[in-house]
Amino acid sequence: MSAPAANATGAAQETALAVSHLNITFGSGAAAMTAVDDVSFTLGHGEAFGLIGESGCGKSTILRALVGLNRDYEGTIRFRDTVVPRQRDKNFFRRVQMVFQDPYASLHPRKMVQYVLAEPLRIHGFDRHQERIDEILSAVGLGPSFRYRFPHELSGGQRQRVAIARALIIEPELLLLDEPTSALDVSVQAEILNLLKQLRRARDLTYLMVSHDLAVVTHLCERVGMMSEGRIIEEMSAEDVRAGRAAEPYTREFLEASTGYRPAS
Amino acid sequence: MAKPLLEVEDLFVSFRGAHRTTQAVRGISFNVGREKVGIVGESGSGKSLTGRTVLKLTPKAAHIDAKRLSFDGIDLLAASERQMRSIRGNRISMILQDPKFSLNPLMRVGQQITEAYRLHHKVGRREAEARALAMLEAVKIRDPDRVYQLFPHEVSGGMGQRIMIAMMLIPEPDLIIADEPTSALDVTVRRQVLTILDELVTRRGAGLMFISHDLNLVADFCDRVLVMYAGRIMEDIAARDLRNARHPYTRALLDSLPRLDRATDMLQVPSRDPAWLDGPTIRSGVAT
Amino acid sequence: MSAPPLETSGTGLKAWLTAPIPASPFQARMQQLSLKWWRLKANPSALFGLAVIVLIVLVALFAPLIATHDIYAQDLGKRLMRPSAAHWLGTDELGRDIFSRLVFGARITLYIALLTAIIVAPLGLIIGTTSGYRGGWVDIVLMRVVDVFLAFPSLVLALAFVAALGPGIENAIIAIALAAWPPIARLARAETLSIRKSDYIAAVRLQGASPLRIILGHVVPMCIPSVVVRLTLNMASIILTAAGLGFLGLGAQPPSPEWGAMLASGREFILTNGWIAAIPGTAILITSLAFNLFGDGLRDILDPRHG
Repeated sequence: MSAPAANATGAAQETALAVSHLNITFGSGAAAMTAVDDVSFTLGHGEAFGLIGESGCGKSTILRALVGLNRDYEGTIRFRDTVVPRQRDKNFFRRVQMVFQDPYASLHPRKMVQYVLAEPLRIHGFDRHQERIDEILSAVGLGPSFRYRFPHELSGGQRQRVAIARALIIEPELLLLDEPTSALDVSVQAEILNLLKQLRRARDLTYLMVSHDLAVVTHLCERVGMMSEGRIIEEMSAEDVRAGRAAEPYTREFLEASTGYRPAS
Repeated sequence: MAKPLLEVEDLFVSFRGAHRTTQAVRGISFNVGREKVGIVGESGSGKSLTGRTVLKLTPKAAHIDAKRLSFDGIDLLAASERQMRSIRGNRISMILQDPKFSLNPLMRVGQQITEAYRLHHKVGRREAEARALAMLEAVKIRDPDRVYQLFPHEVSGGMGQRIMIAMMLIPEPDLIIADEPTSALDVTVRRQVLTILDELVTRRGAGLMFISHDLNLVADFCDRVLVMYAGRIMEDIAARDLRNARHPYTRALLDSLPRLDRATDMLQVPSRDPAWLDGPTIRSGVAT
Repeated sequence: MSAPPLETSGTGLKAWLTAPIPASPFQARMQQLSLKWWRLKANPSALFGLAVIVLIVLVALFAPLIATHDIYAQDLGKRLMRPSAAHWLGTDELGRDIFSRLVFGARITLYIALLTAIIVAPLGLIIGTTSGYRGGWVDIVLMRVVDVFLAFPSLVLALAFVAALGPGIENAIIAIALAAWPPIARLARAETLSIRKSDYIAAVRLQGASPLRIILGHVVPMCIPSVVVRLTLNMASIILTAAGLGFLGLGAQPPSPEWGAMLASGREFILTNGWIAAIPGTAILITSLAFNLFGDGLRDILDPRHG
């Protein structure tokens, strides 16, 4: 059993998610393109880990493979010490949920908020639908008056709150965040980041976040994995990032480019 | 400073809808000289519309009204569509967010740059081609002869945006309007593209209107910053003073950004004051 | 920007329809509906189409009250009469009142149109969405079946079916439906292909929803508007096909006042007593036009890409 023991922050809590030797290739033969190249990482329970990199570095591909939207991968994914089956089952989705990047695309245009939130409850056989819906709407800062709204009546921030509510209503343990604020304005981004932070504390959640925005990732996560060309080239704590302690030249370049504009030489 | 290139006074843009008229830009005044002016604001603040209004590229339903909207002595409000066509591209050019949508997908990129040049300069094909190749070199494209022959779908985002810049700058315009030119690019590529834009604009002494949502970027890149909210300019401030801005909205926007230099627990969420809609613009720290 | 008018002026129904916070799912749906109605009202040609359709429906419903004569009563002494006070639209070759026959004919036309729609829409939707969502061999098999049906012109296909099943209005409906579903299935499949890649479908998959639930609960509702629009636009050709079958004597059988059959029997007298053919012909034209105009308007309000 190869769970890499060297946890950067030395957190000794139980492991929520362990990904080992994940390889994902698109296409075959001469046109084959390695999107994810031997990636391994672990997430302790209650931890927030961020994968960061530029477009095409494979960070979103990892998320899609984790949730089973892409089943063509090699390597093992363990959730709570059990290897997850390639065909994800209900039990998996009951405990692992995801929030998508674009709240304008991730909500069904013809479904009322009420219906969006009731559906996961129905699928997983929960009781007390109405109370749970009211409760989660309050938890994401919307309130029960939003029950009968349609997505097109909501602002971007409100939609993302509904998407977060949908993911959390069945009380999962691990929440995957795919650039949850990159489609939003900065002030709305602040709202959503605050909400995510506060929900994580209140509900004892584990986060795996993917983003291209270093400031956003280090704000929310304690640990960051820098990705480039399908590999995690460096794992750092948020403290390291803030202090600019990076070993790899690429990471240093990325750090520097993320702190505003200085003419490239 | 010499006479500004672009003078805008009391500009209003409204949209006539089926049921009511929406005011998108509500009485803004600013000048752009041969400098880099950043316009920042959130979505719906009217920043992009302001840029398009200068070129009169607004949708049909839009109604433009201003005390003064002039470019280098030409009254843009009174200018005919024919006059505008000779101004667009030639004297004022525009760089858009995503080069994929602005380049003709069926034409080699080099040809498009050549055409852009020949549209405004009466020169032979040979000379225009030589200019296009030189321009590709100027935007730091390593292998201009090869890139010249490529089609738009064959180039990466950063390369595409450099090609756009080459195409927009080759007629040597006096004013460049860049609408979120680097938002679709990765951070490391963004830096190279901005450096090129910066160099070319400075070297030619052109004016730049840089429309962006990224305060940090604008603070570092531009000389002066206009902060827009709900169709109004909240603050007009030198870029180096942006971090000491006076207007509560500017301050709130800055505070709402997650920071890389220190850990923060909860971010400030801006609260908006309806009084700002009619309040004064703060120019260099003074309410006017 | 396109927010509904938020001011809660007025009382009663208007206030209820514009309340910023709907208090029940029913109110929310009615608010959406009223917004669509507002947009439809701004489109005069669609409104005209709707008005004509409503008129035809009313005529069909109250046919016995509107008709002035018995539609089967022959009076050979009064054959081929011009329009007059006694016979508003004249009489046909057997002395029957054309106006009354036209009024009862509306029933048959609507009956055909409605029944065809009821058969075609679910069939096309289910086959199209299943094919698009499942992909793979399911898609290949279903789409080849569609191709086979599409390879024949619809009237020829309908003719073949009627020839096999025997003439008659029910058989004509089945024949028209069999010819009309493949384009609907194609449309639903094309819509599904773009819908299934969207984030909101990925999101329900990640809730653990089964393919059946996703297709019925999430894909089909997104396809319905375009299918409804397409069907409304197809109504014109359905009505024309029905009339064509009637004209050829393969649809409704002679004493029945079906418009196509009326047109066929008027054909003999087209040079001498032109109105006998012109009247049912005009009725077919106006009805098809009304459905086309209304369909165009519906597309504007239902289809987000045209909205």
